[in-house]
Amino acid sequence: MSQLLDSIGYQSWVLPALLIIPLVGAGVLLALAVRGNGDEAGPARTARMIAFFTLLAEFIVSIGLWWSFESGSGWHASVNIPWIPTWGVRFSIGLDGFALMMVLLTTFLMPLTVLGGWTSVRTKVHSYLILLLVMTTGMLGVFLARDLFLFYVMWEVMLVPMYFIIGIWGGERRIYASLKFFIYTMVGSILMLVGIIYIGIQAGSPITGAPDFSYAAALGQSFSPAASFWLFGAFFLAFAVKVPMFPFHTWLPDAHVEAPTAGSVILASIMLKMGTFGFLRFALPLFPGAAMDPTVRAIILILAVIAIIYGALVALVQPDFKKLVAYSSVSHMGFVMLGIFALTVESVQGALMVMINHGISTGALFFLVGMIYERRHSRLIDSYGGIARVVPMFAAALTLVALSSIALPGTNGFVGEFLVLIGAFKTFPVLTAIAATGVIFAAAYMLWALQRILFNKLDKDENRHLPDLNWREIGLLTPLIAAIIWIGVYPAPVLRRMESAAHDLVQRVERGPQGRFPRPEGLP
Amino acid sequence: MTVLSAGILPLIQHAAPAAGAHPLAGTVADWLWLVPLLPLLGFVINGALSLFAVAHTGPSDPDAGHGDVAAHDHADAGHTLPGDVASGSHGDDHHPVARHRFAGIVSVVGPLMLALSFVLTAAMFFAMRSAHATEPFIQTYFTWMITGELNLAAAFQLDQLAMVMMLVITGVGTLIHVFSVGYMRDDPGYPRYFAYLNLFVFFMLVLVMGANYPVMFIGWEGVGLCSYLLIGFWFSEKANADAGKKAFIVNRIGDFGFLVALMMLFAHLGTMDFQGVAAGAPQMSTGVVTAICLFLFLGCVGKSAQIPLYVWLPDAMAGPTPVSALIHAATMVTAGVYLVARSSFLFSLAPVAGLTVALTGALTALFAATIGLKQWDIKKILAYSTVSQLGFMFMAVGVGAYVAGIFHLATHAFFKALLFLGSGSVIYAMHAAYHKTGSHEDAQDVRNMGGLRRFMPVTWVLMWIATLAIAGIPPFAGFFSKDEILTSVYARAHGSTLAEASWLGIPGSALLYFIYFVGIVTALLTAIYMTRMMLYTFHGPNRTGEAERGALKEAPWVMTGPLVLLGVLSAFGGWFNLPKIFTDFLPVGPTFALEHWLDPVVGEQQLAVTHGEAVHLSHGTELLLIGAAIVVAIAGIVVAWRMLKPEKLVPKADSPADEGFERIFAEKYFVDEGYDRAIVQPLYRGSRGVLWRGVDAGLIDGFFVNGTAWLARAFGWLGSTAQTGAVGTYAWVVVLGVVAVIGVFTLR
Amino acid sequence: MLAEALALSAALFTIGVVGVLIRRNAIIIFMCVELMLNAVNLSFVALSRYYGADGQVFVFFVMTVAAAEAAVGLAIIISIFRHRKTVNLQNINLLRG
Repeated sequence: MSQLLDSIGYQSWVLPALLIIPLVGAGVLLALAVRGNGDEAGPARTARMIAFFTLLAEFIVSIGLWWSFESGSGWHASVNIPWIPTWGVRFSIGLDGFALMMVLLTTFLMPLTVLGGWTSVRTKVHSYLILLLVMTTGMLGVFLARDLFLFYVMWEVMLVPMYFIIGIWGGERRIYASLKFFIYTMVGSILMLVGIIYIGIQAGSPITGAPDFSYAAALGQSFSPAASFWLFGAFFLAFAVKVPMFPFHTWLPDAHVEAPTAGSVILASIMLKMGTFGFLRFALPLFPGAAMDPTVRAIILILAVIAIIYGALVALVQPDFKKLVAYSSVSHMGFVMLGIFALTVESVQGALMVMINHGISTGALFFLVGMIYERRHSRLIDSYGGIARVVPMFAAALTLVALSSIALPGTNGFVGEFLVLIGAFKTFPVLTAIAATGVIFAAAYMLWALQRILFNKLDKDENRHLPDLNWREIGLLTPLIAAIIWIGVYPAPVLRRMESAAHDLVQRVERGPQGRFPRPEGLP
Repeated sequence: MTVLSAGILPLIQHAAPAAGAHPLAGTVADWLWLVPLLPLLGFVINGALSLFAVAHTGPSDPDAGHGDVAAHDHADAGHTLPGDVASGSHGDDHHPVARHRFAGIVSVVGPLMLALSFVLTAAMFFAMRSAHATEPFIQTYFTWMITGELNLAAAFQLDQLAMVMMLVITGVGTLIHVFSVGYMRDDPGYPRYFAYLNLFVFFMLVLVMGANYPVMFIGWEGVGLCSYLLIGFWFSEKANADAGKKAFIVNRIGDFGFLVALMMLFAHLGTMDFQGVAAGAPQMSTGVVTAICLFLFLGCVGKSAQIPLYVWLPDAMAGPTPVSALIHAATMVTAGVYLVARSSFLFSLAPVAGLTVALTGALTALFAATIGLKQWDIKKILAYSTVSQLGFMFMAVGVGAYVAGIFHLATHAFFKALLFLGSGSVIYAMHAAYHKTGSHEDAQDVRNMGGLRRFMPVTWVLMWIATLAIAGIPPFAGFFSKDEILTSVYARAHGSTLAEASWLGIPGSALLYFIYFVGIVTALLTAIYMTRMMLYTFHGPNRTGEAERGALKEAPWVMTGPLVLLGVLSAFGGWFNLPKIFTDFLPVGPTFALEHWLDPVVGEQQLAVTHGEAVHLSHGTELLLIGAAIVVAIAGIVVAWRMLKPEKLVPKADSPADEGFERIFAEKYFVDEGYDRAIVQPLYRGSRGVLWRGVDAGLIDGFFVNGTAWLARAFGWLGSTAQTGAVGTYAWVVVLGVVAVIGVFTLR
Repeated sequence: MLAEALALSAALFTIGVVGVLIRRNAIIIFMCVELMLNAVNLSFVALSRYYGADGQVFVFFVMTVAAAEAAVGLAIIISIFRHRKTVNLQNINLLRG
């Protein structure tokens, strides 16, 4: 397989292609939108087809990375061309083990999101699909960027379409939710921009004064402890909002509840990963001194454990199923943060697995909520009850996905949480043991919700004639369920591809701020 | 099968180079992977049939399908699920609907897969007997997780302990599957039921066959899942769905302990293979081993329903009765006992943990037995009896008598499965009778039964065999296993690591005598409550009702047949491990067969507890102990027979409420209510009132987030008031500003 | 000579400022603004006698701009009058925050 890929020069064009394909699709849609009215059934269908096949092509192109990256360490398939020379900004992209999995997750889910919103989005279809496509480029750009400036640009590129998707196609309180989402995220990221500029100038040439924003140059810097601390703080705020970490999470439930299905899926499955990915890519390797400061680390770890338990407990009492899933995301992302900051190879790998699994399982959950919402127009758990006997296939799918979300062994969810726990226990036994109680609460909120939706008496007349899943929905869920079981049973290939990236990260951070310039013997 | 083997066998040989050296390699044991795979296949087939039968894919645009009522009417008629009609408080409802259209295929596939599995296991048993393997036979299939220091294989291991469990699971499992064909005959969820049951057996086999703790954990949580699904099988009844959820969540509390134990093992040893842990265990400090054992035991407490997590098991009786027999009596709930026996290399190093296990077991045994005295629901009596018997098993494995524990596990599987299936037959008959007249009386309450021996003689005889077995009357199975447990506890009160340890300041020796005493008392209570159940159910006058009486009859042979086989096992199961004192006296079978069989797995660990010497009691003492056990059992039966008057009972509807002490027993010491008030409600209210409304919506969102927004708006308002819009005002301000600036510069 | 010219310029400018501040009619205010511009022009011209012709060049610029401004300004005032039937600035506060 990898020979075949080499023969077509796969590595040299794949990453730019991944960024360009969605934009081409968006361009075609734009041209069509100028000509025809997207609210009519015919053109809307054509537009959906174009978007779906564009993203499917994107996925097919990206799938080759799985083989071409077989046992890669370091950067892969890099492309590096000048972009804004006077500012030292380069269009530099590349792939490592972390990015590989995130890119595949994104390209895997994006075609499904188009399918998921096939019938629920009926107005301004062209604009909606164009935004989805542009957002795809933005998200991939964030994962691929090897230049801090490019990273920031892509970070904002993905933010704006999501703002519109929530604000235009969202629920009743969409304006409030989209503004909250936007402002929350901006507050974090503006400070990060300041940090990025500082780093670029620091890394720049001392003679010409031209800044240098490349990732490699940033890695080579060694900041003073104070600078390191403030820079870490700036990056931390941007990423912590995105994760979201415990006290910065309140935008998430609102955004999820109001967003249309595709928006919720992308938000939960991919955008939340930007935060934790940012920690892995930037905050930890660039400022190991600040990140590994015992106080800072303790605060972050405690917040992570609070998030795990707090998210689960608050999820327990939510009347709205989408909100329940949103708070369960807070809980899951707590596991990711625990894994990252416990900083062992196992726990970092586990954190990455949780990121992937959360993407798949929570994405599937939001799809399922979307499906039932389309039928019944209610997200409230109490509107249902006993529907397992009316929609058995839906019930089977929801049960399986819920089980994966509560980390039942044999599903993907378990692999991630298990690795995080056994890895983190080596460095922080007490906190990890407390975090492990999350499995109990997770079972409580998920099974209780499941019971109130699927089981109990079928006591509402509106639910008696709900149609079961249709072929489009079955086709949408099948790949997700296959992924849930595949990663649960045989995660080794995934782990192998991320191993060296996780290993390098742990090593680099453990060497500390003096990593590049070892501290001479005998100094205090 | 050949297609499968062609695909998988080369993979195994490639993955397990070490297997070549093992005496079992090249025998039928090479097919080890097929044992769990067959039930899994059954699950896939039955599950697919279950979904296929009801598959009516929706319209391509679900939102548009609102008025589409007529199109779905036939769907409902086709697969009316239970609960639609179910109205009684009891779970076992049978409805006069047509049999499921795939019932025929399912009735073959479900039990057949298990029977094949059993045959294969039996073949392996004989291969194993001739091979005299001392090391476990391990098959590695693929790498499950590998990263950093972790290298986890998806591997099964076959040793003597696993073999015993596999035989019990597939053997008793097959019988219960056959019974279910009759019991669930008309249930609309027939394929779904067998799908779950097959899946359960798959996970249970994974549990006992796993070659490392995490693989075992797959099975461990998997059986919990199936238990959840099967308890809530008739999910339209809220009580059933509640019971399933409760079982899963309470089990998860235990699983938390299991997980922590895994983390500790990995942190201290870097491995979680049974072999690796066994080799590394002596290097760990006693404190660490004790902690690991206690966390593992927390897992057992959840899964095997011991104090304080036993509360889910009685509720689990909401499931179909064969499920109670298979999962909640014979196999899954004994997984905790298996785990302790499997981890004997850890527990034998931690006497304090061992004492904790034994004491918990003893207290649970006594506690559950007292509750069992006053229950009226026939399945609840058996449920508390199960909890109590599990306590006995933990007494055994806690004091390091692993063989005795496993022995009791096996005999208990026989007689308790028989009791449950027998009660299933009774409920089936009662239900059919009530169904005929449309009565909504409780088909499971013994007060509504009485005198059933006239209507169901076969069930009556078989249930008495099981009752005598559980009560401990020789020569039935339970006598030997229970006696061995009590003797082991007594024997270890001297000259063992347990006796010398101190448990929270209490000398281990004293504690062991206390445990023995509790065991004897529990044996007495067991005999009493079981006799009570039999008396009320089968003896005295019939209280079912005039109209219904004529409909009471024996169940069909597909149900009674398995009962007979279990009856034989309950009667002669003791032969598997006859004590020496018995074979000296009456040489009818091999001495300590199970003991010798399990010796390669737990022999060394058993000796470690007793300082390397075999347990030794003088002939006189041993006879005395046996005598005491028999006397207690007979006394219990006699007391119950003489004191209880089935003639005086009245049907449930006319019964007065219990009072005083009896009420405390009948209401199970109010433990459920206590948990609800002390834990569940505060957690729920705290989450809603404090965390969600207080912290989330109030503090973070209300104060900080929206507070910031409010602050920004307030400043904006202040600024906007200066913006009058009258150009004249602006001009004045500009001029005054100019004057002020000029003024400042001039005056300075 | 210069002192007198600058004094006249200052006087004219002050009259303009006061006119802008106290009058209500837009046309009058507009004329006052022109007055201020011309006051400045006067001082430019006066000073250019001493400092070269730069000031005179500037005056031409100011006059051009003033002409353009008058055109646009009067157009706006006429437009306002058409809408509101008044050019009283007291009543026009569209810019209010």
